[in-house]
Amino acid sequence: MNKLHDFKHPERWSLTQALSRIHIDAVLLFGLVSLLAVGLMILYSAGDQSSALMIKQLVRMGMALFVMLIIAQIHPDRMRDAAYWMYLIGLALLIAVLLFGHEGKGAQRWLDLGFFRFQPSELMKLAVPLLVASYLAERPLAPTAGRLIIGMIMIMLPSLLIAKQPDLGTALLIASSGLIVIFLSGISWRIIISFLLASASALPVLWYVMHDYQKQRVLTFLNPESDPLGSGYHIIQSKIAIGSGGLFGRGWLEGTQSHLAFLPERSTDFIFAVIAEEFGLVGVGILLFSYLLIAARGLYIANQAQTSFARLLAGSISMTFLVYVFVNVGMVTGLLPVVGVPLPLVSYGGTSMVTLLAGFGILMSIHTHRRMMTP
Amino acid sequence: MSTQFTLKDHHREYRLVNDRLIFAGLFALLLFIIVMVRLAVLQIIEFEHFNSLSTKNRVDIVPLSPQRGLIYDRNGIILAENIPVFSLELTPENMGDVASTLDELALLFDMSDEKMADIKKQIKRQRAFREITFRQRLTEKEVALFSVNRHKFPGVEVKGRLVRHYPQGALFAHTIGYTGRINERDQKRIDAKNYKGTHNIGKTGIERYYEDLLHGTVGYQQVETNVQGRVVRELHNTPPVSGKDLFLNLDVNLQRKADELLGDYNGAIVALDPRSGEVLSMVSKPNFDPNPFVLGISTKEYALLRDSYDRPLFDRSLRGHYPPGSTLKPFVALGGLELGVVTEHTESFCPGWFTLPGQDHRYRCWKTHGHGPVDLKKAIAQSCDVYFYDLANTLGIDRLHNFLDLFDFGHRTGIDIPSESKGLSPSREWKRERRNQVWFPGETVISGIGQGFNQTTPIQLAHATAILAMRGVNITPQVARASRDSGQSELVLLNKNTADALPMENSEHWEIIIDSMIEVVHGKRGTARHIGKNLPFQIAGKTGTAQVFGIKQDEKYDAATLAKRLHDHALFIAFAPADKPEIVIAVIVENGGGGSKTAAPMARKMIDQYFGFTEDE
Repeated sequence: MNKLHDFKHPERWSLTQALSRIHIDAVLLFGLVSLLAVGLMILYSAGDQSSALMIKQLVRMGMALFVMLIIAQIHPDRMRDAAYWMYLIGLALLIAVLLFGHEGKGAQRWLDLGFFRFQPSELMKLAVPLLVASYLAERPLAPTAGRLIIGMIMIMLPSLLIAKQPDLGTALLIASSGLIVIFLSGISWRIIISFLLASASALPVLWYVMHDYQKQRVLTFLNPESDPLGSGYHIIQSKIAIGSGGLFGRGWLEGTQSHLAFLPERSTDFIFAVIAEEFGLVGVGILLFSYLLIAARGLYIANQAQTSFARLLAGSISMTFLVYVFVNVGMVTGLLPVVGVPLPLVSYGGTSMVTLLAGFGILMSIHTHRRMMTP
Repeated sequence: MSTQFTLKDHHREYRLVNDRLIFAGLFALLLFIIVMVRLAVLQIIEFEHFNSLSTKNRVDIVPLSPQRGLIYDRNGIILAENIPVFSLELTPENMGDVASTLDELALLFDMSDEKMADIKKQIKRQRAFREITFRQRLTEKEVALFSVNRHKFPGVEVKGRLVRHYPQGALFAHTIGYTGRINERDQKRIDAKNYKGTHNIGKTGIERYYEDLLHGTVGYQQVETNVQGRVVRELHNTPPVSGKDLFLNLDVNLQRKADELLGDYNGAIVALDPRSGEVLSMVSKPNFDPNPFVLGISTKEYALLRDSYDRPLFDRSLRGHYPPGSTLKPFVALGGLELGVVTEHTESFCPGWFTLPGQDHRYRCWKTHGHGPVDLKKAIAQSCDVYFYDLANTLGIDRLHNFLDLFDFGHRTGIDIPSESKGLSPSREWKRERRNQVWFPGETVISGIGQGFNQTTPIQLAHATAILAMRGVNITPQVARASRDSGQSELVLLNKNTADALPMENSEHWEIIIDSMIEVVHGKRGTARHIGKNLPFQIAGKTGTAQVFGIKQDEKYDAATLAKRLHDHALFIAFAPADKPEIVIAVIVENGGGGSKTAAPMARKMIDQYFGFTEDE
C-alpha cells in the first residue's frame, strides 16, 4: 500500500510519510510531544525545580512513548481479537485487587506483583472501549436493545468493581469511555435522553452508597468555604492560584501560590492551577486549545477509519481524552467535585501516562493501517 | 429479518457514526467554551479578589514578644528579673544522620530510653524544619558539656530564652507574686493580640496587678512563608516595646527582718509608712519559692504546697481573716469619745466579768480578778475587756459598725495587689442578710473586744492603724511607687489615692487615744511595756489576743494542755514615733499565744530595723 504513495510522489521525501510507514501519525506525534514538553516545563516549576522529579518523569515519558510506538504497530483487527481476553484478564485482576490488593491513600488500587505494582484499572481504561466497540461492531449499527443491554453490562461490571476500591474518578472515566462507544454507535436519541433522565434521578440513591470521604468531597464542592482548612482547602487555594494568575500570569517559576506550597498536589492533580497562575488566561487558553486540537485529530482519524469497530474505538479514545482534561480542569476550577483525575500528559505520575499514550498508539495504528483505496 | 442482521450497510453505518462524531466534536467545543468562560471569570473578573487573597496568603505575621519589665525594691535592689534559660533544640532537617546523632546525644546527657522514644516519635510527627526540644532547663555544666562537643552535632543547638526569676526567692512570694503560663482563664482578661508570642502572664501579686505596665507591647515581624509556615524571608519588622520597670515601696531589709521575726510561726507582718501609704514590708508566712511556677511547677510539687496544712500559697497579709481582738479597742474607744458616750475620765468598774442587764451570762475579762475601776486610758493600756463590753453595749452595734466603717473595717483597703479580702465588720443588716437571724445584744458586747463575728486582715489592721496614726488621714496603701520606661532613667510616679481626713468633732480625741496607746508600751502596767525601753521616741501600740475557739463558761484557758493549733492568735498594732509617725506595724502570729508576749517584740524589732537601731536588748 505504501508503494502506491512512493509511486505517486517519488521525487519528494516526506517526514509524514516516513513516519506513517512505521505506523506513526505525524500530526498526533507532534501534538503529543509538544504537550509533553510543555508538561515537563510546568513540572519543573511545580516540582520546585527538582531535577530528580524531571528525570523520573522523562523516563516515564520515554517508556510511554515506546509503548505507544509498539501498539501502533499492531493491526486494529488483532486488537479486536484480543479485546475479549484483555477484558477478562482485567476483570480477574480487578477482583484480585479487591481480595489481596495493596492499600494506597485509603483505597485498594494496586496489585503487588513482586517486581512492580500494577493498577488493573489502567488496563480496563483500554479494554472496556475495545470490547464494547468490537462487540457492537460485530452486527450492523445501531445496536439492538439486547446488545445494548449486554454492552451496558460490559461497562458496568468493571466500573462498579473500581468504584468499590474506591476510585470513583477512574470508575466514571471508564464508564464514560464505554458509554461514548454506545453513543457513537448510533442508538436513538430517545434512549439517550431517557438514560440521562434515569441517571439524574438515580443521583440521590448514589448518595447512600458513597463513602464518607466521597460525600465530604461533594459537600465541599458545593460550599468550599464551609471547611477552609479541611477538605475545602484544596479548592480554595486552587481558585486563588488560578484567579491571581490574571490574563498573562505571573510568569514561569514566579507563581507564589505554588512555590510557597499553598497549593496542594501541585505537581499532580492540581498542576493546572500552577499553569493558570504562571501563564494566565492566555496560557491556559492555548493549552486547552492544544488538547482540543489533539482530540480533533483523533476524531478526524475516527472519521477516516474504515471499519465501524475502528471508528467507534478511535472516537471513544479521543473523546475520553477530552473528558479527562475537562474533568481535571473542572475540578481544579471548582466546577466539579474533587475526584482525583490527573491532567493528561502534564501531571506527574506514571501509569496514567502509559495508558493514555497506549490509547494514542491505538489511534495511530487505526490511521496507518488503513487499506489505501485508489483515488 | 435475519438478513438485516447479517448484512452490513456500510454507507448507512458510516453516516450514523459520522453524525455522532460531529456531535461529539461540537460537544467538546461546548465544554471548551464553558471552561474558558469559567477561567475568564476567575482570572479577569475576579482577578482583584484572588490577587489580594494570594498576597495575604504569603505574608505571615510573626509576633515578637516584649521583654517584661523588671521589679526593684525602694533601694533599687532587684526583686524580679529576666534570666536566660537554656534548652537543647533539634532541627531534624539539619541533623544529617538523625538516628546516630540522637544516640550520641542520649549518651552525653544520660537520657532514659523512654524519653528518647518520645523524642523520636516527635521527630516523626513534625515537619523536619521545626524545632524539637530535646532537653529543657540545661544546667551551666550541661551547656558547657554540649559546647565542647557541639561539632559532633549538626542541627542541634543550645537556645536561650528569657524567663522570670525572683532572686529573693520566697521572700516576696505573696507580694510580688509570680508569672506563669497563660491559661484559658487568663485569655479572657488580656488583649490576645498583644500577647501573641508571650508565654507567661502575671498570675498573682504585683506581677498581676501591674501586668499592663510590666508586659510591654508586642512587636511584629512580617515574613513571607509557605503553607507549612516555613519563613522564606523577612519583609518588615516592628520591634517590641519592653515593659516598664517597677519600683516598689517595699524594703528588702525590712522584708527580710519580718520574715526572720515570724520564723516558723504562721502569720503576717505588715509595715506601712502612714504619711504616704507606702507599704514598706508585707510578709505572710509560711511562704514558698515562686520560681518553679514560672516554667511550670510539677504537679507533685504543687500538690505538696496546695495540700499543706499550713497553706503556704495563701496570702495571709491580704486574705487571712483574723478576729482583731483587743487591737480593735482603740477604735472602739475613739468611737465612744467621738459619739459622746464616754469621756476620757468616764469610769467603769471591772470585777472580772460583765453581764447584760437581766441576764446571767458572764462576759469575762482576761484578768480573772478584775481591773477594779477603769477609765479609758487604763482600759486601753491594760486592755480591760469589761470596759469595752460596757462601752460597746452602750454604743450599740449600729453606731459601732458605722464608726468602724470610717477606718475601712469590713472594706478592702484598695492596695495594689489583687484578691484582697474584705474582712468582716458585723452589723444588724449583715446578719439578717447573710444568716437570716436577728442581732443579739450579747453579740454587740463581744464585738467591743474584737471577737465574735469581727474579722480583719493584717493589711486592714495596718491601714486602720495608719489612719489613727495620721489622725484621720486615709491614704490607700500602695506597694508600687513608680515606673520607668525601659532604657530610660526618668521615674514616673504612680497615682495614689488620698482620701480626706475623717470628720472628727474634736481633734483632741485622737490624742487621748494615742496617749492611751503610748501607755500600752510605755506605761507602768501597759500590756507591751517590755518593748518600750531604750528608745529616743515613743511607740503607740495595742496588743491583742484572738481566741481561736470559745472558752466555755467557768472553764479556764490552759495553754499547756491545748494543741499548738488551738493556741490563741497573737496580735499587735503599733506606730512610731507616736507624735510624728513614720512607720505603722501590724503583726499577727497564728497560735502565738498572747499579743504582748509574741507579737509586740516583733513590732519593736521591725521599728528598730526601720530606724537603724542596733539590737542590744
